[in-house]
Amino acid sequence: MLSLSYYLVLSAILFACGVTGFLIKRNIITIFMSIELMLNGVNLSFVAFAAKWHALSGQVFVFFVMVVAAAEAAVGLAIIIAVFRTRQTLNIDQVNLLKL
Amino acid sequence: MTPNLHLWIIPLLPLAGAAINGLLGKRFSRRTVAAVALGFCGTAFLMALWIAAQFSSLSLPYSETLATWIRSGRFSVDFAFYLDQLSLVMLLVVTGVGFLIHIYSVGYMWEEGGYYRFFSYLNLFMFFMLTLVLASNYLLMFIGWEGVGLASYLLIGFFFLRDSAAAAGKKAFIVNRIGDFGFLIALFLIIQHFNSLDFQRVFAAVQPYAPEATGAGFLTAIALLLMVGACGKSAQIPLYVWLPDAMEGPTPVSALIHAATMVTAGVYMVARSHMIFERAPSALTVVAIIGTLTAFFAATIGIAQTDIKKVLAYSTISQLGYMFLACGVAAFSAGIFHLMTHAFFKGLLFLAAGSVIHAVGGEQDMRRMGGLRKKIPWTFGTMTIATIAIAGIPPFAGFFSKDEILWRAYEANWIYWLVGLVTAFITSFYMFRLWFMTFFGEYPGHGEASHGDDVAEWRAGAPAPHTSASHGHGHSGIHESPKVMLVPLVILAALSFVGGWVGIHHGFDNFLAPVFESSAVAATTFQGGAATQARQEAPGLETTLMVVSVAAGVLGFLLAFLLYNRKPELPARIAASAHGLYSAVANKYWIDELYAWIFVKPLIAISGVVFWRGIDQGVIDATLDGSADTAREVSDNLRHMQSGNLRSYAGWVAIGATAVIAYMVWVGLRTP
Repeated sequence: MLSLSYYLVLSAILFACGVTGFLIKRNIITIFMSIELMLNGVNLSFVAFAAKWHALSGQVFVFFVMVVAAAEAAVGLAIIIAVFRTRQTLNIDQVNLLKL
Repeated sequence: MTPNLHLWIIPLLPLAGAAINGLLGKRFSRRTVAAVALGFCGTAFLMALWIAAQFSSLSLPYSETLATWIRSGRFSVDFAFYLDQLSLVMLLVVTGVGFLIHIYSVGYMWEEGGYYRFFSYLNLFMFFMLTLVLASNYLLMFIGWEGVGLASYLLIGFFFLRDSAAAAGKKAFIVNRIGDFGFLIALFLIIQHFNSLDFQRVFAAVQPYAPEATGAGFLTAIALLLMVGACGKSAQIPLYVWLPDAMEGPTPVSALIHAATMVTAGVYMVARSHMIFERAPSALTVVAIIGTLTAFFAATIGIAQTDIKKVLAYSTISQLGYMFLACGVAAFSAGIFHLMTHAFFKGLLFLAAGSVIHAVGGEQDMRRMGGLRKKIPWTFGTMTIATIAIAGIPPFAGFFSKDEILWRAYEANWIYWLVGLVTAFITSFYMFRLWFMTFFGEYPGHGEASHGDDVAEWRAGAPAPHTSASHGHGHSGIHESPKVMLVPLVILAALSFVGGWVGIHHGFDNFLAPVFESSAVAATTFQGGAATQARQEAPGLETTLMVVSVAAGVLGFLLAFLLYNRKPELPARIAASAHGLYSAVANKYWIDELYAWIFVKPLIAISGVVFWRGIDQGVIDATLDGSADTAREVSDNLRHMQSGNLRSYAGWVAIGATAVIAYMVWVGLRTP
């Protein structure tokens, strides 16, 4: 069995990729995917710890995260489509109606 | 069963007058203002008379509680009033003399601006003074005590456009604060030891204590601190300096507040607290010494003053010294007796002096007066009676009270008596000096020529011309004062004549005996055999002392007669030959200058450098301004973080999270 730290390092890399993408990308869909990447990075560390400590709660928590992520994806994609229909763009810097 | 006397109405009447005149008086005519003021004050006087009339049927001491004021645990203070023989004497003096002076003021102030303001203040003073004398506990008394100080301040500075008047008002107020400080601490000590401020309860608690013979106990402390308060209010050494300056106020004010009533509050307070003082013999000694010294020094200053009101002011201080001397030798009833007769004759002297000032057009310097006796005969006559009364010549009022004090002082210690006697001589001298300078000799100013028409015009009721803005008695001719001013003079003159007769055969003493019944006991206790011995030889001795003191008064008269009537050039020669002494006396021993050097100037210097520039500007302002500046600068920088750029927020979150993780890793690496 691989040592725990491999999983955690991978998890950290995934999370870092997600954060980087979230911060530097302009396209809403890409940002959305970056969020998914972060969530899954966290999921990975959850299951890794759960396997290590033989604790089911970690696994259960991952299911919760997945459910929430799925719901978020559904709502989020709907919003993105609505935004695209009204603004004809997916550049997040131009979706700034609420900004003064 | 004592009927309800409703004592609370008495102080409230003048308060109502003060409120009506103060709030609405600006729209009233002078006549209405005078009617309101006199009406309320007169009703208070009538009520005092009504109480006095049924006095013998009352069971005393009488007290009534109006409302609870402060209740804290077992300690409580009420709005409660108290009446016994002592309060009754004070009540009658205050309302009676006060009412007369109100009447007088109607005429005296007629041509001044701020007529309604004057009467409003005057009534306010009556309210506080009556609260003071009728209070049933020290705290309510203190309210009256502070209130009369306020009224005094307002009235001294009545002509507030004049710098000297405003300064005199402030001086009176500040000097009185020092005394009030002592009074307050005394009250705190009383609360600490007796858990009450009610006169009856405190005195009942004090009763069992034996006199503190060694003189270091808390009763001595309380008594001394009360005396500090009394020194401030009653202008005794070392706090007397405000009273001469207080003469900046209108003359009726000097008569009412700074001669007849307010300044005697200290004597009243000491007499009221006699239970405490009797048990603190060393405090009594201090009181007697302060009284004696004040009587003597103020009298010597009075010799060389040229302002007619200043002479009377120093005379007042001196006479108050007599009262404290009486209290100091545990002869409280003699002190109160002198307080009463003094209220009559000193009130009269001031009013008559006011009438003189009125007559000569606002002039107060006696050197510019003279020969007035034929021109203002009524003033002359009443002033003569008052002068004889204060000089202590029988059968006038001052003789009886002063003699009583001197006799009791002799019993205690012959030194008190000797100084008191010398003071009596000086008093007689400077009063007759005033009398001769004012009424005899030649009038140095403009003579008869411009006089006749003016009087005729004035008698016809035409308004007299104003020349001086501050003191509007700008008539060019000498004239007698109107009737409204003369009637109080005559009544007070009558009182100055007969007022002392109540003291014959110790009548006054016996009247006050229920209040001071324990004072005789204490007097023998702490003075040992001397007093008893003196009392045994009393009849012959009393007569001898009486003759000596009358002789002192007559001698004073003769000296004044010689120096200021027969040989008017002599005083200047004497002054020149004893130059140092004369200038010391004429400059009031430089006490004002001394105080200025020791207290005022250093205080101003310290305030300017340390308190103002150093603490106020340097510490307080700097702290507040500094923290405000820091807050503004920090927010100015932090403001840039609120860019509204979502991505930068996310970046900050990421940086923060990284920092937290880094910290945790670092901690994890350090702990193996």
